[in-house]
Amino acid sequence: MIKEGSKTLLEVKNLHAAVEGVEILKGVDLTVRAGEVHAIMGINGSGKSTFSKVLAGHPDYTVTGGTATFEGKDLFSLEPEERARAGLFLAFQYPVEIPGVSNSALLRLAYNTLQNERGLEELDPLEFEDLLEEKIKVVEMDPRFLSRSVNEGFSGGEKKRNEILQMAVLEPKLAILDETDSGLDIDALRIVASGVNQLLTPDNAVIMVTHYQRLLNYIVPDYVHVMSGGRIVKTGGKELALELEARGYDWLKAAA
Amino acid sequence: MTMTKEQCFEQLLLGKTIKSESWLAPIRDKAGERAQALNFPTARHDDWRLTDLSPLFQHDFHPVDSYASLSPADIDALLIPGSIRLVFVDGSFASSLSDLKPAGAGVTVSSLVERSGDAQVEANFARLADFEQDTFAALNTRFFEDGAFVHVTSETAVPIHILNVATKRETPSAIYPRCLIVMAANSLATVIEDFAGQNDGINFSSAVTEVVLGEDAQLHHVRVQREEKSAFHIGHCAVEAASGSVYTSTSLAFGARVSRHDLHVTLRGEGAEATLNGLALIGGRQIADTHTRIDHASPRCISRQLHKCIADGAAHAIFSGKIMVREGASGTDSAQSSRNLLLSGKAHIDTQPQLEIFNDDVSCKHGATIGQIDADALFFLKSRGFSEEQARNLLTHAFAAEIIDRIPVPSLVESLDRTILERVNGADGAGK
Repeated sequence: MIKEGSKTLLEVKNLHAAVEGVEILKGVDLTVRAGEVHAIMGINGSGKSTFSKVLAGHPDYTVTGGTATFEGKDLFSLEPEERARAGLFLAFQYPVEIPGVSNSALLRLAYNTLQNERGLEELDPLEFEDLLEEKIKVVEMDPRFLSRSVNEGFSGGEKKRNEILQMAVLEPKLAILDETDSGLDIDALRIVASGVNQLLTPDNAVIMVTHYQRLLNYIVPDYVHVMSGGRIVKTGGKELALELEARGYDWLKAAA
Repeated sequence: MTMTKEQCFEQLLLGKTIKSESWLAPIRDKAGERAQALNFPTARHDDWRLTDLSPLFQHDFHPVDSYASLSPADIDALLIPGSIRLVFVDGSFASSLSDLKPAGAGVTVSSLVERSGDAQVEANFARLADFEQDTFAALNTRFFEDGAFVHVTSETAVPIHILNVATKRETPSAIYPRCLIVMAANSLATVIEDFAGQNDGINFSSAVTEVVLGEDAQLHHVRVQREEKSAFHIGHCAVEAASGSVYTSTSLAFGARVSRHDLHVTLRGEGAEATLNGLALIGGRQIADTHTRIDHASPRCISRQLHKCIADGAAHAIFSGKIMVREGASGTDSAQSSRNLLLSGKAHIDTQPQLEIFNDDVSCKHGATIGQIDADALFFLKSRGFSEEQARNLLTHAFAAEIIDRIPVPSLVESLDRTILERVNGADGAGK
């Protein structure tokens, strides 16, 4: 929710980024304050997924210009793991499978790494089990998924739920959901969205990167940004998403 | 003293005088003759062309003539609680370190020399481990001092741990561990052969193991090679499985400067099954070579194999896995997978799956992959707060754990797991 005087979490100015020498982002500006939900929409190839990966620090992408600060810190001077420890979270469009690492072990190790960073006590496996028992309710996950290898043999919907479970455990200040709605049936979409809604607080924020309006029926954005040609070409309220649903993206391309 | 290859071999052949029973003496003599005739393998031997033995040839290996006395504290870290334990120090049976009390009815575990008169020993010794074509098996048969004899006639849940410890000696030592496992019909057991060393000793262990499975017998045979990185290890294991029997091998190579393991399994009886799990985890300048052969000699036998190599530093791992299907072995079902992980640009892995099929009615699948740490998985873990090193270690550990977890002895899995973590963390120099 938009609130006067909330703390600025992310400030991106004139961001340019390239992959394999091809410039994809051509001057992105975005400010995200605590308590806000932003949606970034756009057609495939508009640069919206690149934007989320650049913020998370994916090594395939090179920042070629502009700045990004996260709670005042220069985001691009931080390694991906430092960004995560500072409270940035990316829910992956295509979650990776990690055979041989159990879901619960991954969550515990990641959680304890962050606890360390925050100067808080680590949890032993038994204590962590209690914490997890609460967290899996957020995404209505069967506890049996905890002892399985990370995402191995999970359906598309289960993988996305697992991403949101990681978000629930790590409690980031800013979560970027990269096409979290893609490949989900309506039930899975409802569960994932409800999970995200439960995690929203006045102190954190979410950026949803999506192609379709339907996710926004469940997670209501404060701002909708339309990306085209590597820039944000229009910003509006949630009603902009409905307009895009009705009119498509072409009218904006023409405007840009 | 730097030796030539010829001098090294001559020195090994000198060996020492060993008294033998009358039935064994002629076998030893014959093996000695074969060793002399065969000499060390050269690059012309197809089975050895990838294995660089030159670091071995530089040493002057002497037979062990006086025995170090180890205290229980010296081997404490290697023990498996609750197991039946036979300990050999530099190839000689150490009864004071052994513990045979947990052996119940139907399980005979003893020194091979003590059981020399046993009908099973005479009938099976040197029957499967062919020394006619294998120099190292011949050297072992000629010079082994003692060994383990395991005879199981019932089902036992108590693991049998055969621990071979090589000590550091003034001069490099040649040691010949030997083991004979006889599983009677319908018997079931887990046997762990374990090879370890001390204090960066320069030892050459040339081990031979023979395994006989009777009808419907089941054996899980674990082999842990965790010798010192200054040591040399060459092991030869020959297995024969009668009809309906199930042989499972989980074999790990962590140690030694140069190691080699030859595992030959003959599925002799109809419907016999073999599962071969293997893992080589090496770094630095280590070389680890695994050569396996699964011989489908009867109809409707099943074999499954998963071999993994992880090579860091400038290490060289080799896997050669042959599946043979004999004429008449109809209904053969075989699957082999070789998966390999390169952790450094200087490490090197060779993998050679080989199929020799003389029959139409078979299903033989095989596949091999060599890769590096998955970049997507690495980025995912970093995005969850793991450092580069933590992420790489977690992924490497996970790759290895798939094999370790197949060992049916939880305390051993736990201790090996710690070893792997130390390895991948580079705590003992095996890392980068």
